Amino acid sequence: MKFEIYRFHPEHDSKPRMQVYEVEIERGMMLRDALLAIQAKDETFTFRHSCGEGVCGSDGVNVNGVNMLACTTRVSDLKEPVQVRPLPGRPVIRDLVVDMSQFYKQYQSVDPWLQRNEPNPEREIRQSPEQRDKLDGLYECIMCACCSTSCPSFWWNPDKFLGPQALLTAARFVLDSRDQATEKRLDALEGPYKLFRCHTIMSCVEVCPKGLNPTRAIGHLKAMMLKDSV
Amino acid sequence: MPLARRRFDTLIIGAGGAGLNAALQLADSGLGVAVVSKVFPTRSHTVAAQGGVNAALANVLPDNWHWHMFDTVKGSDYLGDQDAIEFMCREAIPTVYELEHAGVPFSRLPDGRIYQRKFGGQSQNFGGEQAARTCAAADRTGHAILHALYQQNLRAKTHFFDEWFAINLLRDAEGVVLGALVIEIASGEPLIIEAKTTLLATGGCGQVFRTNSNAHINTGDGMAMALRIGVPLMDMEFFQFHPTGIAGKGMLISEGVRGEGGYLINKDGERFMDRYAPHARDLASRDVVSRSIMTEIKEGRGCGPRGDYMLLKVDHLGEEVVAKRLPGIRESSKIFAGVDPAHEPIPVFPTAHYSMGGIPTDRFGRVVVPERHGEETVPGLYAAGECACASVHGANRLGGNSLLDILVFGRLAGKDIREYVRENPYHRDLDDAVVQAAIAPLERWEQGGDGPGVAEVRAELQRTMEDHAGVFRTDEIMREGVDKLDALRDRLAAARLRDHSKAFNTARIQALELDNLYDVGRALAVSALHRQESRGAHSRPDYPERDDKQWMKHSLYFKAGDAMDYKPVRTKPLTVETFPPKPRVY
Ligand SMILES: Cc1cc2nc3c(=O)[nH]c(=O)nc-3n(C[C@H](O)[C@H](O)[C@H](O)COP(=O)(O)OP(=O)(O)OC[C@H]3O[C@@H](n4cnc5c(N)ncnc54)[C@H](O)[C@@H]3O)c2cc1C
Ligand code: SF4
Ligand code: SF4
Ligand code: FES
Repeated sequence: MKFEIYRFHPEHDSKPRMQVYEVEIERGMMLRDALLAIQAKDETFTFRHSCGEGVCGSDGVNVNGVNMLACTTRVSDLKEPVQVRPLPGRPVIRDLVVDMSQFYKQYQSVDPWLQRNEPNPEREIRQSPEQRDKLDGLYECIMCACCSTSCPSFWWNPDKFLGPQALLTAARFVLDSRDQATEKRLDALEGPYKLFRCHTIMSCVEVCPKGLNPTRAIGHLKAMMLKDSV
Repeated sequence: MPLARRRFDTLIIGAGGAGLNAALQLADSGLGVAVVSKVFPTRSHTVAAQGGVNAALANVLPDNWHWHMFDTVKGSDYLGDQDAIEFMCREAIPTVYELEHAGVPFSRLPDGRIYQRKFGGQSQNFGGEQAARTCAAADRTGHAILHALYQQNLRAKTHFFDEWFAINLLRDAEGVVLGALVIEIASGEPLIIEAKTTLLATGGCGQVFRTNSNAHINTGDGMAMALRIGVPLMDMEFFQFHPTGIAGKGMLISEGVRGEGGYLINKDGERFMDRYAPHARDLASRDVVSRSIMTEIKEGRGCGPRGDYMLLKVDHLGEEVVAKRLPGIRESSKIFAGVDPAHEPIPVFPTAHYSMGGIPTDRFGRVVVPERHGEETVPGLYAAGECACASVHGANRLGGNSLLDILVFGRLAGKDIREYVRENPYHRDLDDAVVQAAIAPLERWEQGGDGPGVAEVRAELQRTMEDHAGVFRTDEIMREGVDKLDALRDRLAAARLRDHSKAFNTARIQALELDNLYDVGRALAVSALHRQESRGAHSRPDYPERDDKQWMKHSLYFKAGDAMDYKPVRTKPLTVETFPPKPRVY
């Protein structure tokens, strides 16, 4: 099978190029396996990966124009030639490796930790199964950045619009019955950019490899802010 | 040019559950903490843990820490240290509550308490009815815990070195550990981090085997770093093969699946565990289930055209239970095995999973080495998590006890480090000779020329380990393995990097990891060859019985000359009576 891979080395290249590789396909082969086969032949080629099972979020890449995890993508489902590029809109460090610092910064900016003002009980803080169910679809995020790097609003305003991942995280805490900083969290999202730059284009939902729905989470936040301001 | 240097009160190598829980204790106490991780923290392998973490909360069925302790001692095949085990099982309860307070989204019971499921090797009342002790966040418990700990560390303002790789520890002539030599992956620039204490929390080494459940990064780096400064590794022959990896792939299907009521069948559709463990059946201890699967296959009752796997049946639980309790497993099975467990059974085969052995520590995470009369600590050095061996798992680990181990001992190590830094408030002088010794591996890979590639040698090593140090081990098989490792040592010395560039050179990182894999693989193979008995995960057809007279002792492997030493098992608990060794039946 024919692969065209984005190559860029900051020490040798003034601009990126696409390099063609032939990979022999085995049954059940994942894209990560194919990239590893390429690396075994050409050790100058690099990409991030680790768990191999879609839980660590290391190997988000852009394949034939769509963001996905290499390790959970079957090569037999892909159109030939398979074009593999780094996640779009982020500075490229080398080959498929991008600089994720802006993405992490946005995550950190929503104060992503459980906040309480009451002292904790000696045992667990009680939470009913129904309250816990509200976190499903939010807490499973693996921070792969497939969503944020496919969001046009994030491309244009990466420093002002928080992007789907950070907003999903904000919703994860706002909707946690144990968290007691709801108001503070919602106030922090005020203004025309941080949250309201989302134009519900839904690209984020289409690409999330964990089947999460940042757009719905953003909708929740918007609704709560409206309620809050009345 | 002299290398750049930075100073911190304390250095933690590794940002999995162990490293992050230690960091949290320290950052909250106001010390300057540096956490170095070769991947962004939430990509550490703790994220992959599925089933849950054990604590006798008694939320579902009656339970107490003393029963948990009994099960752990028995599960360890009486090789675990009973003082450390008592300690861990007691600490489990406050540790899980603390995690819950930190934000972990545990699944819940109708009354709002933490959901607990059944796991293998758990009993009520010292060997009675099945217990339900494993606290779970669906089947994504490790993810839930790791993310919550990272988030709390952000709050506490821990200083992270993300995507930095630790190469070697710095240990001076008096034996004190002064920090580590690290390299920034993005720039390829080395750095010396000086610290009053260094905690190794580098996780496991499952990549020494070809088929494994571990991440690409689990290459035993911390274990190998310890070996290289003269610290031995303990009980390395005890490596757990998890019975249910996806056949042909190795990804894990959690024991939680059997805890929820799934069971194994052979090609005749027979629930064969009934024959091997009539009482505990599919929830017998992992070593027992793995051996049973291998035996079924050897005797011709394997499934599939080549008869080389078993089937794990789940569909009788109904789609709703599968969706609610096992969503991650369902997703993995669909992607990697092409089956939906709500409708079809999953093809499984044992997969290399977990290292019971590691860097020897005491109950406080301090690294201990044999001295003429007993043991001494290595000043300034700590270890916690899968890379360490406080010896709570002995010869076989129970499911759900590893997350517990990393959290309890990570936390404790954090507390002890705080004391150590208070008593040793100054940085010691760091000699150039110490730095020179540490940088050797980096310089070695700068050599040019032809030679075998890193990927090639790594594959040969993994094959050798799989063939010669797997589930069943005989003297002959293992001797041949060590011979092959001797030959591989020459191949490794001849291996060369093609790419010597600096920026994000993962080829260089993989070369450094290969050095570590080799040292750790060798420790495992040599320790295994010496132990002439069957105990827990170490199973020898040529010595089928456990031999408490000669072998109820811990092995210590030293890199210099492949030397072996032994030390007694600590059979005296802290406050309760000793559990004397008994035959282990499930
Ligand atoms: C698939 C799977 C499922 C599991 N499920 C369960 C379960 O349900 N319950 C249970 O109790 N246990 C389970 N386990 C076991 C348990 O998850 C692990 O033993 C445990 O998470 C290890 O944690 P750790 O903190 O020691 O290491 P890890 O989480 O592996 O972290 C190691 C850290 O060290 C860093 N590191 C390593 N080497 C270097 C270096 N040279 N330089 C810099 N940084 C370095 C890494 O970047 C990483 O941050 C499971 C294991 C696997 C593989
Ligand atoms: S829905 Fe909002 S967040 Fe998602 S891609 Fe569109 S603009 Fe971005
Ligand atoms: S929401 Fe989905 S796509 Fe976005 S970072 Fe999380 S897991 Fe990745
Ligand atoms: S390698 Fe971990 S998500 Fe793909």
